[in-house]
Amino acid sequence: MSLEAVPAPPPMVRLEGVSKTYRRGTVEVPVLEAVDLAIDPGAFVAFMGPSGSGKSTLLNLISGLDQPTTGIVEVAGRNLAELNDRELSDWRAAHVGFVFQLYNLIPVLTAAENVELPLLLTPLSRAERRKHVAAALDVVGLSHRVGHRPPQMSGGEQQRVAIARAIVTDPDLIIADEPTGDLDRKAAEAVLDLFGVLHHDLHKTLVMVTHDPHAAERAERVHHLEKGVLQ
Amino acid sequence: MVPLFYNARSLWARRLSTGLTVLGLGLVVFVFSAVLMLANGIESALAAGGDPANAVILRKGATSELVSGVERDAVRILATDPAVASGQQGEPLVAGELVVLVALPRGEQAMNTTARGVEPESFTARPEVRLISGRRPRPGTNEVALGRALVGSSPDATLGGELRFAQQRWPVVGVFEAGAGAFESELWADATRLGGAFNRPGYSSALVRLRSAEDMAAFEKRVEADPRFTLEAKPEPTYWAEQASGLATFIRVLGLFVSFVFSLGAVLGAMITMYAQVATRIAELGMLRAVGFRRRSVLASVVAESLMLGAAGGLLGALGALTTRWLHVRTLNFQTFSEVSFGFTPTPGILLGALLFGTMMGLIGGLLPALRAARLSILDALRA
Repeated sequence: MSLEAVPAPPPMVRLEGVSKTYRRGTVEVPVLEAVDLAIDPGAFVAFMGPSGSGKSTLLNLISGLDQPTTGIVEVAGRNLAELNDRELSDWRAAHVGFVFQLYNLIPVLTAAENVELPLLLTPLSRAERRKHVAAALDVVGLSHRVGHRPPQMSGGEQQRVAIARAIVTDPDLIIADEPTGDLDRKAAEAVLDLFGVLHHDLHKTLVMVTHDPHAAERAERVHHLEKGVLQ
Repeated sequence: MVPLFYNARSLWARRLSTGLTVLGLGLVVFVFSAVLMLANGIESALAAGGDPANAVILRKGATSELVSGVERDAVRILATDPAVASGQQGEPLVAGELVVLVALPRGEQAMNTTARGVEPESFTARPEVRLISGRRPRPGTNEVALGRALVGSSPDATLGGELRFAQQRWPVVGVFEAGAGAFESELWADATRLGGAFNRPGYSSALVRLRSAEDMAAFEKRVEADPRFTLEAKPEPTYWAEQASGLATFIRVLGLFVSFVFSLGAVLGAMITMYAQVATRIAELGMLRAVGFRRRSVLASVVAESLMLGAAGGLLGALGALTTRWLHVRTLNFQTFSEVSFGFTPTPGILLGALLFGTMMGLIGGLLPALRAARLSILDALRA
């Protein structure tokens, strides 16, 4: 009997020599410099750092909302630089779920309708979409708030609806930008508990940017960014 | 595709600005459709009642009865044509008619009214002319019958009243209707008495009823070719359509020009509303783009929203214009120099056109805001 080494799975996120520079008039402002990074599938990673350190820029690059000035960003085996705007939209719809600091829910739609939005980009039937929406709202514990609109809900509940929207398409990667930044401690704990469920029970890959050390503690790994450089 | 109820609810959420924009669009559509209904009403009023079996005989080249002249002998000759229909007593249904303008008092001013000198056959050949009260004027008297649009237009223009013109008295003995046609704006008197009062020995025109409308073409050729007179014949509907065309075209062109100018304002209103809609929802649009909606979906969504605004304005304007169908207007027909009464006459085509016009204004007003929404940088939008 021979023992063969099991090859490690390819990383969910791979950044190689990534830098990003913004141009403000004639001045070039470097935001990220030569970032190399690999995040395994199913990992829960947090990025911390002071304002302007490049955390959100890094998140935008990983989620395909922005393109690096130099370097390679590969997510789920796909080099994002190879995709045009339309293909990137389709790719995000299929592979990424977003949780924003200010929830970004549509106030005139109900919780269920907000959660259903990403599913409108899939070929699922209406009945199938409803099933997925119900399941996602069940995961975040808001089955009883299906017909409520965001203005009728607390901040914590709105963020949980946003999380349901992020997971409803069963994406490879969940991106959370300061998910507890606008919540009180109790609501923040509920959201972080939910991230724990997504990580441990549903084996989702989570990438979170936060200022809050308490939130970062929930992650498996914490990366620190300082002036665009990964420490 | 972004669901349409998102747009509908977003418009409802900002119902004050939505309502004002729809009102502005609706007013323009109201003017647009009312003008078309008015022009249509003129054409209906002047063209209605024309019977395709009736021929109007005018002096060759005359554009209306007012500038035409037909000798009495010519009318007698026309009556011998083999295509002429006969009445119950076997008399040929041919009538010499005299058209003059009379000034009837209205307030401190006078209004030009068409007085038609008729013969008994004038009534027989036009079955659409029906007395609704009183009786026909007796031949050889000054008695007159009023078209119903004239009733009340002048102090004595009522059944039992007595009109005064050409220094004579003209008692009103009957009121008739004529299928909402131009005759309803006329007064009818005996042709010979009217000719005497205005010193006009001949007629203005002749009315000839043919046995069949199919005989019309051959009859027109015979009249044209007859060397005994220089007259021309045309079907009665054609004659009245020609009388209507000038005024109707004038009102239509003027009205459409005014509508066009107004529509520029309404389009700007729709544009401002849609820019505001986009500006207040930039973060929502950024989220939609982030989760995977393409630029064209966002573009289509904003355009759909402005189409809703436009369609609502179109509907409001068309419904508003429909309420004018019970109004009647009197104006001077500059082709006949007489007043004509007409209403706002809607057609399915006009109502459909009104809806399309409103929707088109919405579309034009929404295009630039939609382009702006589609071109938004996702990152800038999410930070908004």
